[in-house]
Amino acid sequence: MTGELGQLALCLALALAIVQAGAGFLGLRSAAMMRVASGAATGGFVFVALAFGALVYGFVTSDFSIVDVADNSHTLKPLLYKITGVWGNHEGSMLLWVLVLSIYSAAIALFQRGGERLSSAALGVQGLLSIAFLLFILLTSNPFLRLDPMPFEGAGLNPLLQDPGLAFHPPTLYTGYVGLSATFAYAAAALITGDVDRAWARASRPFVLIAWIALTLGIAGGSWWAYYDLGWGGFWFWDPVENASLMPWLVATALLHSALATERTGAFRTWTLLLSIMAFSLSLIGTFLVRSGVIVSVHAFASDPQRGEFILLILSAAILGALGLFAWRAPKLESGAAFAPASRETALLINNILLVSALAVVFIGTIYPILLAAFGVRLSVGGPYFNAFFGPLFVALMIVLPFGPRLAWRSGDIKVALRQLLPAFAAAVVAAAIVLVAVTPRTLVGAGIFAVGAWVIAASAVDAVLRLRARTLGVASSASILAHAGLGVALMGIAATSLWRIESLQVLVPGESMTIGGYDLRFDGVHTVFGPNYRADHADLDMMSDGRVAGHLAPERRMYPVEGQETVQTAIRTNGFEDLYVALGDDRGQGRWTVRAYVNPLAPFIWFGAALMALGGAAALAARLRARFWARAPAPAMEQA
Amino acid sequence: MNARKRRRLYFALALLVAGAGGAGLVVYALQDNVLYFYSPSDIARKHIRQGVAFRIGGLVEKNSVRHEKGAAIGFVITDGANRVPVHYEGVLPALFREGQGVVAMGSLDGRGTFEANEILAKHDERYMPPDVVAALKRSGRWKEHR
Repeated sequence: MTGELGQLALCLALALAIVQAGAGFLGLRSAAMMRVASGAATGGFVFVALAFGALVYGFVTSDFSIVDVADNSHTLKPLLYKITGVWGNHEGSMLLWVLVLSIYSAAIALFQRGGERLSSAALGVQGLLSIAFLLFILLTSNPFLRLDPMPFEGAGLNPLLQDPGLAFHPPTLYTGYVGLSATFAYAAAALITGDVDRAWARASRPFVLIAWIALTLGIAGGSWWAYYDLGWGGFWFWDPVENASLMPWLVATALLHSALATERTGAFRTWTLLLSIMAFSLSLIGTFLVRSGVIVSVHAFASDPQRGEFILLILSAAILGALGLFAWRAPKLESGAAFAPASRETALLINNILLVSALAVVFIGTIYPILLAAFGVRLSVGGPYFNAFFGPLFVALMIVLPFGPRLAWRSGDIKVALRQLLPAFAAAVVAAAIVLVAVTPRTLVGAGIFAVGAWVIAASAVDAVLRLRARTLGVASSASILAHAGLGVALMGIAATSLWRIESLQVLVPGESMTIGGYDLRFDGVHTVFGPNYRADHADLDMMSDGRVAGHLAPERRMYPVEGQETVQTAIRTNGFEDLYVALGDDRGQGRWTVRAYVNPLAPFIWFGAALMALGGAAALAARLRARFWARAPAPAMEQA
Repeated sequence: MNARKRRRLYFALALLVAGAGGAGLVVYALQDNVLYFYSPSDIARKHIRQGVAFRIGGLVEKNSVRHEKGAAIGFVITDGANRVPVHYEGVLPALFREGQGVVAMGSLDGRGTFEANEILAKHDERYMPPDVVAALKRSGRWKEHR
């Protein structure tokens, strides 16, 4: 019964999306229509939420008369994975996609940022997107299809996905991906109404911020998941799916910075528009890459060509439509205010050029194999390519970065900036010296990267000190300080883990020990344990120090009989500065097992840095909310957030 | 042409040159960093130089897995028509089994043995890497009953 209710709710949501699109565009002429569009957006959200609730109910109650549930769930699965399993498959994850889209539509309707006309047009665009994706679900990926006869038991969920990460990673990532639809809608709306101005930049800013924060957390969370779950000790593999999430993030980061200039001085208007369109286009391309099955990974649930074609159709229509609108309207826009070579605008321009170049590198490396596959040539692009280009671009970005906050809008003083940054320069030199002297193996690249990281972190500290002295350090101004410092911290973590990781692979019998990076690990053997829906080979390793046990590590290999698959549970012991990472390998007979161990220096910095970046974004957002809801607070909107 | 327009023209030209230069570099780097995928039959047909990295895919031949000293292991990848011996030192993916599909990354040594540095793990029992399917289809050993 709930299945039919869900289906009905989706159909009603589609009807409301049609109303929302029509009334949204008519709302440009009439306030009454605008109210209709708002109502339709809110109602659309309610019905999509109902449908989503119905699917969750189906999974929780193991209603195997629904194909989607029967294919992807099992009665023995723990409750958490019954719920998260809702989006651990193609149909459910697309429904989550549309749910997030409808939340953003409802938010646009509720807050009506940028005035009635702009919001109305934005609702129209959002309505079109809702129509497209609801049709996609109803026609190609219906999660409520019935199965007759109903099976007694479900097929289970891919064990790799039976992890708490599934509760967090897809919803955050979608909040980011789809959040860019709101900035896309506002950009298209501004092109339609012709009001490409500072008010528009201000209106779409919270959406850019939310999307960026969510993407940052989603990508970092996904990489953490891969790190502890795959057992290879790595955190980033330049996998097409990872690239698909990195590309919108790069553009969103560029957009975050260029919109700042547009909002503040009116500069870069057309560029900000174009970035808004690009950001969401890349979200759509990411959705296409991941969901169409053109690339192979744990993320690609199904490879039904019809679905790929449908998404490709939506993708082309959205991108071509928006770019057409842009080509038609943008030339009529006034060019922005002029700025001097030494100014914050110039710094932001360099930021944008470097970020978009990095995007181009990732885009080419990701698309190239897919294009060639169409001609029957099968190849993959390896990490060295990405590292060779992406690394230098990001280092260049970070060398320029500290100058931005130190230069005034329109015209700044480079000499003053240099003098202020002198302590940061000193910190960079010290960091490089320490790395060269104290760390083996000695590498110039490592010293250089640590110098750059220290330069950025120290520059954030300089920023904080100067603002404290001038009594202007607030929530808004701490945003860039935190985010930039976070980037420096993450860079150090990435560099240290990549350059100085220690790896050891041993075949051990019980009682035997292995040493790695100053750790002494005693292997105490493997025994079998049983989980709710798996059987595991559970290894015990004791970390020895001066003949005594100083810690315990218990990596596992789990066998899921329902799905007939195995997963690896790594054991990670961290002290905040380095991870001891142990994975159980395969059984070599007679009690002998292969054990793979890594010492990953500064690995925790990667995620700590990402968290700092997200915190910076949250500070910027908080300053916005305070400005809106507590109008008497000092107006941080004019500050640099 | 006034000063403003000229400046814009120079800017656009500079952008174009930089963009073209960058694209050239990127394509050049791509050439050196792509990994081609070959089946055992491809390897028998082409003369792949020793030390060139590529991926190989096929089935793990039945009764071919030998455990050697330490963590080292040897096995044979076959597509039914041709076979390539593989040497690997490392942890095997969970679903590495005789008769199952496998993709390995590495290069050939002087004696025609594939020295693998990674055995790809990202597949499950129901799933066969498409590259392997294509290789099996070309050698005529693909069975549709899967």
